[in-house]
Amino acid sequence: MVMIIVRNFFKRIFTSIFGKRKDLSLGFYGPPNAGKTSLANRICKDWTGEEIGKVSNIPHETRAVQFREKVEIEYKGKKLTLKLVDTPGIATKIDYEDFMKFGMDKKDSQKRAKEATQGVIDSIKWLDDVDAVIVVLDSSQNPYSQVNITIVGDLVARKIPVLIVGNKVDLRKSDLKKLESAFPDYEVVGISAKMGTNMEEFYESVFELAKKA
Amino acid sequence: MTDKLTLRFIPYSEVESLESDERVKRVLDVVLTNKIVILQGRLKSIEEASLIQSTMALVGRIKNFRGVELAVIQPNINDAWFEKVKVGIARALIGERDSLTIIGPAAIVKEIKRDPKKIELLLKK
Repeated sequence: MVMIIVRNFFKRIFTSIFGKRKDLSLGFYGPPNAGKTSLANRICKDWTGEEIGKVSNIPHETRAVQFREKVEIEYKGKKLTLKLVDTPGIATKIDYEDFMKFGMDKKDSQKRAKEATQGVIDSIKWLDDVDAVIVVLDSSQNPYSQVNITIVGDLVARKIPVLIVGNKVDLRKSDLKKLESAFPDYEVVGISAKMGTNMEEFYESVFELAKKA
Repeated sequence: MTDKLTLRFIPYSEVESLESDERVKRVLDVVLTNKIVILQGRLKSIEEASLIQSTMALVGRIKNFRGVELAVIQPNINDAWFEKVKVGIARALIGERDSLTIIGPAAIVKEIKRDPKKIELLLKK
């Protein structure tokens, strides 16, 4: 772990001396079903016309890390080229019986659970290779889960800049103030990736995030 | 036959001198015996992430193991500057021993609910 932090430090020094980083590698992290892929899709559709992956109400739809390179975004005359890294949701438990509640049969549920566990492992491994992270949280859920705290804490320990996005502000149960109280030391932007709500403020925050990477 | 719920308290001194991977393994080994671990102190965030990875590697490989529920209870520190400095110094000297980490197998612990003022352990029937 120490070697990784040292390596990232020297990578930043090298980049600042010898020239600009190519694409900013931007990771999307968070618990399952928070809307990471929906947000990545929204960004990809806004700027490339294509989506990055499938979404679903069934948790752990994204079970492998997905990429989209050369996503060029523009805001108030500034441009930024991103490599979007959409990761599987991080969870501390996965029970195949939960998938059966959505109507999946036992065999498909067990297969999904197996893929989802590997997805979580890969998600955490990919923290070594991202320059900045957007932590996507469902603003209608309790933000005080340990998974959320662990994810943000791990990013801070690795000195990876973080932007917290409170997604699903279109839902009646959305409580952005509670999310902001849970993470008072971080910038929190409320959006609806599904409806495209407040994406201007989100893009502004992404540009600010990029400056810290 | 009565159902038994076992809590295993691990004092900070038992894990303090261990390397990170050994610390994670020590905690997980106890959880895998179907006990709820109450660890004095807390794992580093990177160790918590490693715990999650190790847990996921075991789901599906160990019969009936679905993962863990995890929560950390920390003292409520008010915003006063001197209070934060005082706690910071104490933690630098003795580590975060004023925290408690609860880790339970998901087969026993349905959910650990927390918000700023309370923590609830919901057990499976």
